[in-house]
Amino acid sequence: MKRRHTGLHAWLVQRVSAVYMSLFIVFFLVHFAVDPPRHYPAWHAWITSPATGIATTAFFAALLAHAWVGLRDVLMDYVHSITIRVVLLATIGFGLTAMGVWVVRILWTRHG
Amino acid sequence: MPHSPKPRPVFFNLAEIQLPVGALTSITHRITGVLLALGVPFCIYLLDMSLQDPSGFSQVMVLLDYLPVKGALIVLTWALAHHMLAGVRHLLSDIDIGSQLPASRRSAWLANIGGLVVALLAAGALL
Repeated sequence: MKRRHTGLHAWLVQRVSAVYMSLFIVFFLVHFAVDPPRHYPAWHAWITSPATGIATTAFFAALLAHAWVGLRDVLMDYVHSITIRVVLLATIGFGLTAMGVWVVRILWTRHG
Repeated sequence: MPHSPKPRPVFFNLAEIQLPVGALTSITHRITGVLLALGVPFCIYLLDMSLQDPSGFSQVMVLLDYLPVKGALIVLTWALAHHMLAGVRHLLSDIDIGSQLPASRRSAWLANIGGLVVALLAAGALL
């Protein structure tokens, strides 16, 4: 159990991920404003280039961690039955992990 | 400050309680967070389809042209804009910027209205 981590650790995860995601979103929007990829080759080349691929993977890692902390906080405030809370947390944890695997497959495995 | 004790128990008229603007920003920050989390799998699905092959990419373009999808996109844009503005407000108050009540109320209004303005801009661009 990492009980000693919940608290300051979660607070820090939420802030670091928020700052990184904000920077990535600005980067993403600027790219779409300056040079929008209108065709498959341009889009594919851009997002699977090593730099963008790593930045996008890090974005989703930050997003999933941020969603975990946020949803966990919401559940702890509103769901008081421990059984239902644990079931929901497990479902969310499984779902977020699956989404992480899915993104890595999309960005790295399938396209090499 | 002298004050006479009020008769107890006090029965609040819930319809008369006004939510302070900061509370509205706070609960909206939560609601938009949950909305955005629900939107993530659909965004990953679109990312997946768009990167499969050129026909998948075109399929995503066609999907993004459907009115219900555009509507969902506008709602998600509002959620993202509000969530980010309210989040920046949080980060600033962490380092003691705008944590006094008047500034905090101003920034709460800014987040609530800014989110709507961005949603209107998105609606203007998409519709």
